[in-house]
Amino acid sequence: MIEVQHLTKRYGPFTAVDDVSFRVERGEILGFLGPNGAGKTTTMRVLTGYMPPTEGRAIVAGFDVLDQPIEAKRRTGYLPETPPLYPDMTVRDYLDFVAKIKGVPRGERKKRLAEAMERTRIADMAKRHCGKLSKGYRQRVGLAQALLHNPDVLILDEPTAGLDPKQIIETRQLIKQLAGDHTIILSTHILPEVSQTCQRVVIINKGRVVAVDTPENLTSRLRGSESMYIQVDGMGADVQAALAAVPGVTRVALAETRGTAAAFEVDSETGRDIRRELAAAVVTRGWGLLELRPVRMSLEEIFLSLTTDEARPAPEAAPAAEEPHE
Amino acid sequence: MSNILAIAHKELKNYFATPIGYVLVGFFTLLFGWFFYTMLWYFERQSMQMASMGMMGEAPTMNVNEQLIRPAFMNVSVILLLTMPLITMRLYSEEKRSGTIELLLTSPLTDFQIVIGKFLGSMALYAIMLSVTLLHIAILYVYGNPEWRPIAAGYLGLLLMGGCFVAVGLFISSMTRNQIVAAMATFGVFLLLWVINWIAPSITNPTVQAVVNYLSFTDHLNDFVSGVVDTAHLCYYVSFIAFGLFLTARSVDSERWRG
Repeated sequence: MIEVQHLTKRYGPFTAVDDVSFRVERGEILGFLGPNGAGKTTTMRVLTGYMPPTEGRAIVAGFDVLDQPIEAKRRTGYLPETPPLYPDMTVRDYLDFVAKIKGVPRGERKKRLAEAMERTRIADMAKRHCGKLSKGYRQRVGLAQALLHNPDVLILDEPTAGLDPKQIIETRQLIKQLAGDHTIILSTHILPEVSQTCQRVVIINKGRVVAVDTPENLTSRLRGSESMYIQVDGMGADVQAALAAVPGVTRVALAETRGTAAAFEVDSETGRDIRRELAAAVVTRGWGLLELRPVRMSLEEIFLSLTTDEARPAPEAAPAAEEPHE
Repeated sequence: MSNILAIAHKELKNYFATPIGYVLVGFFTLLFGWFFYTMLWYFERQSMQMASMGMMGEAPTMNVNEQLIRPAFMNVSVILLLTMPLITMRLYSEEKRSGTIELLLTSPLTDFQIVIGKFLGSMALYAIMLSVTLLHIAILYVYGNPEWRPIAAGYLGLLLMGGCFVAVGLFISSMTRNQIVAAMATFGVFLLLWVINWIAPSITNPTVQAVVNYLSFTDHLNDFVSGVVDTAHLCYYVSFIAFGLFLTARSVDSERWRG
């Protein structure tokens, strides 16, 4: 449905997007993940025909955005980072105007308008001026605007930015409902959003794609081996030795000590569950098994390890949920 | 076509959704009324003088078209000089500043449809402003008998000149996201095109002199308000408008490439 081939966008000497390629299949939700300034918005702007690429091609709904822009735009709904609202227009007038320029036939306009307003739950604001809406409603009117002409492809630039938690959940549900009929690309820097809504993730940093995969695969792929966190009440050095002797264990590292208890990170060969053996090794020696759990790399960690140069950043450096305005 | 009208309608409606439209039409009416009144008063006094001279034998004729309507129409261009930048300044800059330009440029519209739609929207407001002056002309018909043809030609001229103003303003507005900058630059260009022929007498080269004279807005209007519809002037105005709209479309497109 969407195909991006070797897309490059330069602003003068600055390369915003550098040789990006990916595909999105019909009905899929693709998450576009990256820190601020990574090139998410630029890529989306190329896909919507707002700006042409410097190099490469983008094909949306079967039409090249550069060669057949009108056809491609007809099939695309776009919610930019700031919803493009006219403050002096009422919500209904605004949506009516959008329906006209998006080419919704006169006869269907009223029905489509009602549908879009119902889906985004803004019907009660129909007569309100866009400039007087709260941030949440503005975002939803923006979403209604993108849905209005029932496009094949929806491109949503940070659809949940600035919403309150309840609205965020509602918007995510709406986006999930829309998948299937629509192919969706959504950009975000909120990681749980990706794991909750998207089937596939493209992680982009400094204009380059650093990973494309499902959220689950990304989580496991980035760990070369399985890892366990184990806390034992016993003599530290002895415990370490005992754990290392368990078959399948490749590495034992001391994580922390608390009084008489010591915690270790135990790596093992992939695909082998060594929890029983580890527990047995501890218990049979008379030590206390305080905690045993698998360690999975969170999406945050993956994201950071992919997008930062530091080998292993401290967890406090996780990206904040709120984006500073550009 | 329906796209063009949708945009024109949006623009026109926006003027009246904000106080802009009312303020512009209101002050235009006030100023034109003032000019018209003073000219009417002057015309009336002259007529009386002429009449008294007529009693003494020699009677030069007074012509309401030539001596009242024509100067009144010429004065409209002065008001336009000041009000037109305010009509056109927001056309593109506002969309750029608020980001709504993203909606227009990602909708299935061509650049020309957007440009022409905006042009027509502003022209509609201008036509509303001009239509107020019909009232003053109507008053003249109650008490006198002016020729309608020069009046029609005058309105055509005013519309075309207004079109040039809008085309220039639209182009300048497309180059900045700051409305004040757009208004000031538009005003500067208008004024320059207005007075560009003042320098003509000092130019010795006849070709340059002809060119400078040709470029001036007002010179072309003069014939129209005298009732002469000259194709040379028509060409000037129409090509001026077309060129302005073309430049606007190019400017929007180049913005796109620059990002």
